[in-house]
Amino acid sequence: MAEAPKTQEFWRWPETNWVNPDIDWKKGKLITSGVDVGSVSTQAVIMVDAEFYAFGNTRTGSDSPNSAIKGMDYALEKSDLKLENIDYCIGTGYGRVNVPMAQQSITEISCHARGANYMYGPEVRTVMDMGGQDCKAINIDDRGKVLNFMMNDKCAAGTGRGMEVFADLIHVPVWEIGPRSLQVPKEPPMISSTCVVFAKSEVVGLLEQGVPESEIMAAYCSAMAHRIMELLNRLGVKEKFVITGGIAKNEGVVKRLEKELGIKTAEQIWYKKEYTDRGYPFDTQLAGAMGAAIFGNTLLKMGKAKSARKA
Amino acid sequence: MIANYGFQDGSGNWYVIFDTEKCNGCGKCVEVCPEKILAVGPDEFDIFREGPVAFVKHDERKKVRYSCAPCKPGFGEKPAPCAGACEFNVIAHSDGWMACFKDSHQ
Repeated sequence: MAEAPKTQEFWRWPETNWVNPDIDWKKGKLITSGVDVGSVSTQAVIMVDAEFYAFGNTRTGSDSPNSAIKGMDYALEKSDLKLENIDYCIGTGYGRVNVPMAQQSITEISCHARGANYMYGPEVRTVMDMGGQDCKAINIDDRGKVLNFMMNDKCAAGTGRGMEVFADLIHVPVWEIGPRSLQVPKEPPMISSTCVVFAKSEVVGLLEQGVPESEIMAAYCSAMAHRIMELLNRLGVKEKFVITGGIAKNEGVVKRLEKELGIKTAEQIWYKKEYTDRGYPFDTQLAGAMGAAIFGNTLLKMGKAKSARKA
Repeated sequence: MIANYGFQDGSGNWYVIFDTEKCNGCGKCVEVCPEKILAVGPDEFDIFREGPVAFVKHDERKKVRYSCAPCKPGFGEKPAPCAGACEFNVIAHSDGWMACFKDSHQ
């Protein structure tokens, strides 16, 4: 049988994991974790007494339970902490009911709100979660409690998955689309539809006409920014405004959204200054899992949940 | 909390809006909904809330445009059954259905 041709997959973003060298988990009282199984990516975050201890960020496979296990194993890879040592695990995201190690599941809206509050600080009022397959606009208070939310999960138009499909189509790695889309002398008219299928045929048309790649990227990014803006305008944006999820890493979309809204997004740095000083990685995709892990800690402390620690 | 269940698409905003602070979870709206899309239970968006709250069932959230249309919510002569049954004014509908209502009378 003929071998399948080796093609480069431009949508494949690199998986990452990290463990905090400054924390000895054995000295911690409550070890909680959150697993956010999204449609495109899966994150596991482990916290020791509500301090950031470890994370793993992987691509979601074809089934949620295995993706959750993979994400958790990846987070534990560089640590001697074992799954049995974890007090409480909360599942969140699209596949939250299918997280085998979780004792409870919480919606990703609550978790992203709580996570953004922890990562960016209590001044955050609007959180836009740009996920792989849907987007959610959330207004929150200073404790990270949801005040108002609106989601758009009807289809994957203008979301992370759409960006991946686009990356593959124009043969540009997905993380290069943002910076390259900004290298245009003049802003081109946006792609008229964010529907992945329609946008794809429109892009093929533009490629055939010989339109430069960077202009097509700019056109796609602005179409995406415009779609997010419609949702945000309905909800009402207040500062401090943050974007979580994978699209927050695409400056082509973020910059254009800021321009259309007239509001800057908060800088992607830790609210806790010592985290930045020690060089802890800041990843916008972690907000959901981080929120879940913090909820675990709170629930245990309040006595609303019981530790499931086995060792 | 203001909970917006539904979606936005090229044809408008299709959201059933609950002001959960005012809701006591009595369930009168659930009883009168002709399409049976509502339910009462724990608040999935606020895990610390004590007491039940009314919401749109999970499977129905992507279909509210069609399931709510027969009631002409909010823009007919009478309020939609769910909104009419609620004594605390918890439930409202977004403007998507307004256009439907106007169209049918022009």
